Amino acid sequence: MTTPTTATPPAAAAVAAGPPETGARRRRRAVGLLVLLAALAAAVVASVTVGTNPLSPGTVWQALTSTAGPEADVIVHEIRLPRTLLGLLAGAALGLAGTLMQGHTRNPLGDPGLLGVTHGAALAVVLCIALLGVTDLLGLAWFGFAGAALAAVAVYLVGSTRGRGPTPLSLALAGTAVSWLTYSLVSAIVLMDQQTMESFRFWRVGSLVGRDPAILPQMLPFLLVGVVLALANGPALNALALGDDVARSLGHRVGRARVVGLLAITLLTGVTVGACGPIAFVGLIVPHLARGITGADYRWLLPYSALLGAALLVAADVIGRVVAPPGELQVGIVLAIIGAPFFIALVRRRRLVRL
Amino acid sequence: MTEPPPPQVRLHAEGLRLGYDDTIVVDGLDLDVLDGTITAVIGPNGCGKSTLLRALGRLLRPHAGRVLLDGAEIRRRPTREVARVLGILPQSPQAPDGLTVADLVARGRHPTQHWYQQWSSDDEAAVDEALRLTGILDLAERGVDELSGGQRQRAWLSMALAQGTDLLLLDEPTTFLDLAHQVDVLDLIERLHTELGRTVVMVLHDLNLAARYAGRLVVMREGRIVAQGPPSEVITERLLAEVFDLEARVITDPVAGTPLVIPVGSKHRTEGSPVPVV
Repeated sequence: MTTPTTATPPAAAAVAAGPPETGARRRRRAVGLLVLLAALAAAVVASVTVGTNPLSPGTVWQALTSTAGPEADVIVHEIRLPRTLLGLLAGAALGLAGTLMQGHTRNPLGDPGLLGVTHGAALAVVLCIALLGVTDLLGLAWFGFAGAALAAVAVYLVGSTRGRGPTPLSLALAGTAVSWLTYSLVSAIVLMDQQTMESFRFWRVGSLVGRDPAILPQMLPFLLVGVVLALANGPALNALALGDDVARSLGHRVGRARVVGLLAITLLTGVTVGACGPIAFVGLIVPHLARGITGADYRWLLPYSALLGAALLVAADVIGRVVAPPGELQVGIVLAIIGAPFFIALVRRRRLVRL
Repeated sequence: MTEPPPPQVRLHAEGLRLGYDDTIVVDGLDLDVLDGTITAVIGPNGCGKSTLLRALGRLLRPHAGRVLLDGAEIRRRPTREVARVLGILPQSPQAPDGLTVADLVARGRHPTQHWYQQWSSDDEAAVDEALRLTGILDLAERGVDELSGGQRQRAWLSMALAQGTDLLLLDEPTTFLDLAHQVDVLDLIERLHTELGRTVVMVLHDLNLAARYAGRLVVMREGRIVAQGPPSEVITERLLAEVFDLEARVITDPVAGTPLVIPVGSKHRTEGSPVPVV
């Protein structure tokens, strides 16, 4: 019996393709990183200078290093800087959480809110206002975080069947169910109690402004753990993208990978929603944009999503300050306004990706 | 004088009861897979072939019974360690959009990678070799979603090959392929067996191809193994009637000398008489 050992056609042998990296892709990632960092820097500079009281970059620098007069100092240290930092943290967290969520549900319309965290946080905040009478935003942030975490646990448990962890589909269904349940409870309470409605109003609009700067150092440890878990989840997400069975056959512990991912989403989104209120669209759009730069590899996609989310949220916040003088448009509203058409364009340009 | 050592049992299943939720699909099943063989699992739809394969590949936890891989219980061994010995390719897996063939195949290298070293020259060589074996080296930079069915199947096979395991479980590796591509894929599997000594267990639908390419057939019906052995002993007209409810003739394949199943069908059935035995 003859054994065909020369199976390689000459055409194939001529291709010196070096999987898995090609020059073009590496270049795109490098250029993408530079553009992202530039955009991030521009957004940060704009965020500390632009506002009802415009300051020059030089004045801001003076205020940061020594002093630029009492008024400028207050604006920079107590308003602009905390606001910018909050935007960077929240944007990075939501970008990461969105990419994780789309990966774990294998759903291109996945959004951190799909885990029930947004409405869970809202319910906790409303209950807290209605029953305990807490109205300061710092206190509400922690109740919001607790509510987000509880909702995520509920979604995980509802989505799991008989000792098996949730599947991408059961996760999405459970998330939708828990979201609607908590949402209707929130509506019911707010409808019955006008006073709660008045306080809730301020929390409900996602915003970086008017939040207690003391929230920043309190958020950090949670976000840090969330970021580490998210980045560590990259290789597993690459395998999960091929299906649970393939991931298992490649030696991944699917249940553990999913718990790590959901924990990261809960920490990142829960803390952010608690601190800033619900901010939509960042988690939905960022993964699509980042995927355009890095391709489908989550080990690259995750860090790029963090950078992109931070740049986008800070930029949207700046836009909100200039479009409606003398007032401001909250960042959540700005994002929805620019996000919706942008997303429609994204969907129409290419058929929606399958994950 | 010295006798050859008895063939080594790579996979051993005993008393397997398998199912999903409350539905039991397989009950009281025992099976040995010997080293260096190609085993094809055949049987009518819904008989538990894929379920058995998933349990052999530790993708499904048995309700009862156990699976031993090289003598040790597979569920007690670290899953990553198992993944260096045993590769399993599920039926029609789906790749995300935009994933290139090279990316897909590279993901097969995970069991040998570490968090501190994501990619090595060994990985590079293994991916190249896997793509060369399946003849799709020239498609390395194409998106998996752009490929034809046959090419896609080869891409997934390459991923399983890049894993570098000497034991491969394949769930219907020829689904959705036309006959020429089915033969291509099975030729490739045969080469893995003859040239590289890989042990293969595959679920197949086509009885004739199963009889031709497998050294050993395992016939299942309603969750039990009803016959196993070399194709020439297993494939009989009686078995086809009993297991598949199929009235058929069995002749010798003029090319390979293996059994060839020729279904009778209602149009050619002689009224009132059983299948005339030639």
